[in-house]
Amino acid sequence: METLTKTSRRDFLKLGIAAGGGLVLSFNLSDSLAAIVKGNKSLAATVDFNSYLSISPDDVITIFSPNPELGQNIKTSFPMIVAEELDADWKKVKVVQAALDVKKYDRQLTGGSGAVPHSWERLRKAGATARQMLVDAAAKRWNVAASTLSTNNGFVIHTNGTKLSYGELATEAGSLPVPTDVKLKNPKDFKLIGTAVANVDNKEMITGKPLYGLDFYREGMLHAMIQRPASFGMKLKSVDATAVKSMPGIVDVVTFKNNVAIVGKSTWEIMKARKALKVAYEKDGNIESTSDHDRIFKELLDKPEATVRRKDGDVEAAFKNAATVIKREYQCPFLSHAPMEPMNFFAHVKADGVELVGPTQTPDRARNATATLLGIAPEKVTVELTRLGGGFGRRLQADYVVEAAELSKLINAPVKVTWSREDDMMGGSYRPAVRYRFEAALDSKGILIGYKLRGVGVNAGNSTREDNFLQVRWKIY
Amino acid sequence: MATYSIHVNGETKKVDVAADTPLLWVLRDTLGLVGTKYGCGIAQCGACTVHLNGTAVRSCALPISAIGTSKITTIEGLSKEGDHPVQQAWQEVDVPQCGYCQAGQIMSAAALLSKTPNPSEEQIATAMNGNICRCGTYHRIKEAVVLASTKMK
Ligand code: FES
Ligand code: FES
Repeated sequence: METLTKTSRRDFLKLGIAAGGGLVLSFNLSDSLAAIVKGNKSLAATVDFNSYLSISPDDVITIFSPNPELGQNIKTSFPMIVAEELDADWKKVKVVQAALDVKKYDRQLTGGSGAVPHSWERLRKAGATARQMLVDAAAKRWNVAASTLSTNNGFVIHTNGTKLSYGELATEAGSLPVPTDVKLKNPKDFKLIGTAVANVDNKEMITGKPLYGLDFYREGMLHAMIQRPASFGMKLKSVDATAVKSMPGIVDVVTFKNNVAIVGKSTWEIMKARKALKVAYEKDGNIESTSDHDRIFKELLDKPEATVRRKDGDVEAAFKNAATVIKREYQCPFLSHAPMEPMNFFAHVKADGVELVGPTQTPDRARNATATLLGIAPEKVTVELTRLGGGFGRRLQADYVVEAAELSKLINAPVKVTWSREDDMMGGSYRPAVRYRFEAALDSKGILIGYKLRGVGVNAGNSTREDNFLQVRWKIY
Repeated sequence: MATYSIHVNGETKKVDVAADTPLLWVLRDTLGLVGTKYGCGIAQCGACTVHLNGTAVRSCALPISAIGTSKITTIEGLSKEGDHPVQQAWQEVDVPQCGYCQAGQIMSAAALLSKTPNPSEEQIATAMNGNICRCGTYHRIKEAVVLASTKMK
């Protein structure tokens, strides 16, 4: 067994890819090889039905949840969808957060409320495919037509009432060809979807288990915090780190781009030393200010040209005939997303590759940005996902990941970069600043007969997308 | 650096840290008790709440040198099996969203209920006021505190 390499085993067992599903039948390599080494027979026989699930002979169903979990319960809802089509016993399902794997998973990101809609079909197919393979295995064993068999709660059931658990059938099922065309359930037959299922990390969260990026520690890992310019439009002029360097626990002070990183052995030591850092900045172009933003808003809103997203009826006529016209503007400034868990990431740049661990909504972007920065192939970068203590769009950006990787390379050590709350509020990437102008035309009875909405954003577009508004047609009188 | 003996979750731990090190970082960086969270570091968010002799305190603003022989309880030590009435209620109500603030919420709620087993709505609001939840799970937090109070009896 030891001579079996990962590649040869994988290639040997890769049977096929179902359209759109990314379903690769293979053994769970890491688990099975590790288990073989430990001599654990049961685990060694665990079968990966596809990228989303594996079943062990003792009936443990492991479902991988690929997308980042930031509190919207995707780590519960994704596996629920797989388990639904699989007809699994939810109580026996173990959910595991998958690391970034662009070959196995599609759109492995969480943002824009798109994760479930985008993955719905492929998750259902993953469950249904494995279910079909288990049914086929039972049909073979009982020598009956698969169409006469049914499934329920982790069992394949014969018309005569005999049943076999999924675990009992897993090994056989895993050796069968992957069906390419499987039948999905009629939604009215859903048993799990539509019920209130508790968050799978619930117990871990309420008992304080290490789940988040900030909870990631590793022997020999260094800690770092980064001093960034205090406002946009500033750049580093000079750094005096003499006092910092001699403070307890401080390993190094590294300057790169506009950053000064204080690297040390513990969080408190670097927080303290940071106060002794003497750093001067100078203007680098325009320093942004709220009054500039207000001016830009005004100019943009008054500009005659605009991209018309939607126009129903004769709006101009409605406004001309109006008894009253009401015009109001509302604005939202640049705001920190302020997720409860401050930004952080672990990075270890080694000679043969880069290891990244932490909270990100877009692991693939983090990987590619890191690869580009370091001038290496993206395949050399692994991204392990922790739970996110909130994201709110802030963790769609990769700045805080790349920064950690850059620092790790400079100091040639594994490092976790932590942002203080002040860092988070004062810098990084903000929610877009937007301003909207609403105009309403009312008739003499005060009934709305016309409506206009115009939106502008600074450096960030805006969200006056037509699909953000009611899909009813305004009736123009 | 100095050596301190502190009582955490029923055990005595020796740590070698600077006198001004906040308990939060001793728990997290030195003792590996990462259930207690860093949210702000300035006693404003409640994510780092632990018990000091049964009272809820912000561990980010409590220097190790001020602890002496006081008994510290963290989320990891609130119960052996994770079944303190407050934890049970939190699980039943399925309170957490991202979950990051919840250890602090639970510690504040447990301290409240140990002194006021039957809190009024106002007492709940006052006691939980210092714990911010960015995800906005406040309605479920309140529901779980009320449920926990029935379980304490
Ligand atoms: S981290 Fe202590 S109150 Fe926020
Ligand atoms: S659950 Fe996310 S901050 Fe409270």
